[in-house]
Amino acid sequence: MTAAVETDTAIGKPIRRKEDAHLLHGQTNWTDNIQLPGTVHMAILRSPMAHAKITKLDVSGALKQPGVVAAYGAKELGDLNGGVPCVWPVTDDIKMPAFPALAIDKVRQVGDCVAVVLATSVAAAVDALDSIVVSYEQLPAVTDMEAALGSGSALVHDEIETNACYVYKMPCGDYEASRAKADVVVARRFINQRLIPTFMEPRSVVAAPMGMSDEITIWSATQIPHVLRVLLALVTGIPENNLRVVAPDVGGGFGGKLQCYREEILVTNLAKKLGRPVKWTETRSENLVATHHGRDQIQDIEIAATKDGKILGLKVTLLANMGAYLQIITPGVPLLGMFMYPAIYKMDSYDFTCTGVFTNKTPTDAYRGAGRPESTYAIERIVDELAAEIGMEPMELRKKNWIKHEEFPFTTVAGLTYDTGNYEAATEKALAMFDYDGLRAEQAQRRASGDPVQLGIGISTFTEMCGLAPSRTLGALKYVAGGWEHCTVRALPTGKIEVVTGTSPHGQGHETAWSQIASSILGVPVEDIEVIHSDTGRAPYGMDTYGSRSLAVGGQAIKAASERLVEKARVIAAHQLECSASDLEFVNGSFQVKGDPSKSQALGAVAFEAFTAHNLPPGVEPTLQAEATIDPEDFSYPHGTHLAALEVDTETGQVKLRKYVCVDDVGMQVNPMIVEGQVHGGVAQGIAQALFEGAEYDDDGNLLTASLADYLIPSAADLPSFETGSTVTPSTTHPLGTKGVGEAGTIASTPAIINGIVDALRHLGVTDVAMPAAPQTVWRAIQTAKGGAK
Amino acid sequence: MIPVEFDYVKATSIDQALAALKSGGEDSKIISGGQSLLPVLRLRMAEPSVLVDCGGIDEMLGVRDDGDSITIGAATTHHGVMSNSLVQKHALLLAQATATVADPAIRHRGTTGGALAHADPASDIPAAALALDTSFVIAGPGGRRTVAAKDFFLDYFTTAVGPDEILVSFSIPKCDWGSSYSKFNRTAQAWAIVGVAAVVNVQGGVIKEARIGLTNMAPTAVRASTVEAALVGASSPADITAAAMHAADGTRATSDLHAQADYREHLARVITARAVRAASGI
Repeated sequence: MTAAVETDTAIGKPIRRKEDAHLLHGQTNWTDNIQLPGTVHMAILRSPMAHAKITKLDVSGALKQPGVVAAYGAKELGDLNGGVPCVWPVTDDIKMPAFPALAIDKVRQVGDCVAVVLATSVAAAVDALDSIVVSYEQLPAVTDMEAALGSGSALVHDEIETNACYVYKMPCGDYEASRAKADVVVARRFINQRLIPTFMEPRSVVAAPMGMSDEITIWSATQIPHVLRVLLALVTGIPENNLRVVAPDVGGGFGGKLQCYREEILVTNLAKKLGRPVKWTETRSENLVATHHGRDQIQDIEIAATKDGKILGLKVTLLANMGAYLQIITPGVPLLGMFMYPAIYKMDSYDFTCTGVFTNKTPTDAYRGAGRPESTYAIERIVDELAAEIGMEPMELRKKNWIKHEEFPFTTVAGLTYDTGNYEAATEKALAMFDYDGLRAEQAQRRASGDPVQLGIGISTFTEMCGLAPSRTLGALKYVAGGWEHCTVRALPTGKIEVVTGTSPHGQGHETAWSQIASSILGVPVEDIEVIHSDTGRAPYGMDTYGSRSLAVGGQAIKAASERLVEKARVIAAHQLECSASDLEFVNGSFQVKGDPSKSQALGAVAFEAFTAHNLPPGVEPTLQAEATIDPEDFSYPHGTHLAALEVDTETGQVKLRKYVCVDDVGMQVNPMIVEGQVHGGVAQGIAQALFEGAEYDDDGNLLTASLADYLIPSAADLPSFETGSTVTPSTTHPLGTKGVGEAGTIASTPAIINGIVDALRHLGVTDVAMPAAPQTVWRAIQTAKGGAK
Repeated sequence: MIPVEFDYVKATSIDQALAALKSGGEDSKIISGGQSLLPVLRLRMAEPSVLVDCGGIDEMLGVRDDGDSITIGAATTHHGVMSNSLVQKHALLLAQATATVADPAIRHRGTTGGALAHADPASDIPAAALALDTSFVIAGPGGRRTVAAKDFFLDYFTTAVGPDEILVSFSIPKCDWGSSYSKFNRTAQAWAIVGVAAVVNVQGGVIKEARIGLTNMAPTAVRASTVEAALVGASSPADITAAAMHAADGTRATSDLHAQADYREHLARVITARAVRAASGI
């Protein structure tokens, strides 16, 4: 075994991020900054209609415009009009209609790609779009999921003769029996609204043939260079070994860059066809309509319980909006939430049904949390409603039903085995930080005095599953890929270390955290460690970054590879020091003969010996490197308690978030400062769903929130200073004891906010408020409860 | 997005700017801070052939004391206006309204005169200008003229400034009444759903006179004249609330994503009462 090494930069130290100097000094290399000689720029003619026949398309006029090199509709593009892939056919009878990069004969969403122009400047390409002649025959737009499933609805895809994509059922135990036994059954319909992953850096892609070889290099603002390479090879027919995919500096993703987009397919194919670099960068207007969206579920939730608050069963019936087409894991997103509706609670039965529905809207797919924010919202809201129904304090109801810390490992009704958790400890700490009792007293006072500004307290005691994923589990769910992660660690002749990871950061701080893991094991300072990532040419193996998997899975690979490197080095050091390997201990980056500290060899010196190969033991090959490809044993289950105090102005409906306390248990923390940053950003994004964000369409399928003036994203000015804390209950299924933190805040915070608003207004008769809880929405909920206007 | 190609003239005098406007014809457009115009150009909602930049004309920059009034050059940035000591002393309401415009980056680029000439019904500045009885100096081919606030705002994005004219400056009679600009919006950087600009003359705890401008309650900013009349003699919060019940009278509130008209009218009443209470100290 390798003993952990204690350095100033080791695991657990809140050191500053190595990445930040570049970011702060404008030295980053965004995809749009890449300028290759001879580049042609692509501009896209997009459909202004949600559903229409293309009755005429003539791109020839564009070819006459200055600077234009080529122009294509689907007909001109022919075989190069590749289809956008979906890798998660969730049921055997799922309907998977074709999704050509350029629409053929019919458009199905506003923003569908109809034609492209390639020109020597972006301006020339955009100008030439006006010279394309296109006519549409408008068809009725399918915008409402329930209407879409009714007979007589227009069809998004005529050839499949239905708008139902799939029906997935997972019955666990006998819900009807639980319901029959129950004293209380509470049913609610929650709307988990459509969201747009508005990452800071818009999507951008450059593809270039690389001269003498057959290689095409693709730079893309993507979260998944490795997966993208495989998919682009399959879609374009370009041999995989001729494709190199690089994700340069990537400015955020939140799942929105976990995709194989039609624009990436077009740019790759056109670079090959034209034999020169092709570049496309989306505008913010395109981003809002053509980057995949998230959430958009109608959730019918029913909970059965005894009158003293014992939860017996849960029934979840979902309509999940696929949008117009299936993208990479569109159908699977609701299933990532499926296992988590029972959350931290013990119950006898759980019944899950999800129907995927096609509509004439932008396709949905993974967005920060992917399925788990939806499930957490539903369970945490319905538990509050149950508490109100039976007249029980909402935190008491939770305590009565949650899994106790001594009951772990615990197999839930949904069939998952949670390895560890301590909900009592996290909750106790959060309540103390929050001054729960003091705020409840203030709330009572405001109610008694009829204060126009009422106080609400929102609770969310959440858990989630992280660390996608055991490959066997993914296979059982019909996901067409594994969940392993790879790392190669190389000790270079000069003593520097290269950590090659298959994870692909886009803001998370992997370079720092991964260096800390390697530093702890190798005893090498963080500044001597270079993390190589996001380039299939330099880091060939990986499954990339999403689902809070990078540390939970990728971290294991770094640990294993680093430990293997030490063991390889130990054999060489023993040879050099003329002792047996078992006589050596590895201390602070150096092999020492036990009992004789004067006889030692540093790891860097061993690496030099491995390089010169002048004096290696028999059978040992030159160079010092080790690799590990790790398939995780199980998911990990971060949890926490989030508490919000909100002031609701009953005269205007405006909600002011006064205090936000969260205690997260993400297991062992490699860098607590990065953990805190992830929690802050995640909490803000979850609050944004509760209060600000929501994609709105009209009945014709036009996106109304088509600019950032209408799609409201909060800034620091709109949020209080969060008070974060943590407990540490290490995961037992992950060797580092880590669990994952990338999505925790987003998953937890949304129900805390809505629970708080309803809590502030429940005495007025309000039992729910739709998201986003805009002032007008809250005000109308109050008016309705009062029996006044709408 | 990328705007269509246009010619650009950086004017250094009013005369030069007027000449450039004239030679550009009806497709020419004035640009100052560009914070409203550039998004419109980038979305290709406007395709002007010539942009005449008035941001460098000395006469249009800065604030001066004219005795009974102060005069503000139309190309002075929002930041320049809100941080100016003459404005803070003699037209505090304008500083208060300007401070709520968008975010600091935009306030350092965007100009207060530009916002007035652009006349977006959701802009914060016109309501304050109405409440402060502002007058506007407009230069055109036939010379200069002065237009009173009540005659300046004509319709959606339409003012008394003609296509061949330039707003040079605007003047505000010195006002030491209590003031408040109360903006109701969803995020700190968002447009006003409703805004209320109030200046109130209080003597001995009684309101003698009030002038109130409303943002985003009609195609242009409007004065809440019924409220103003009802406030005379008000001396208690209840009096103010009662007077503010008239805030939506005569307005033409519209419906959009953030507010239906009835909610907007309700907000006008609530926010007017709050603005008057803040301005009057009652």
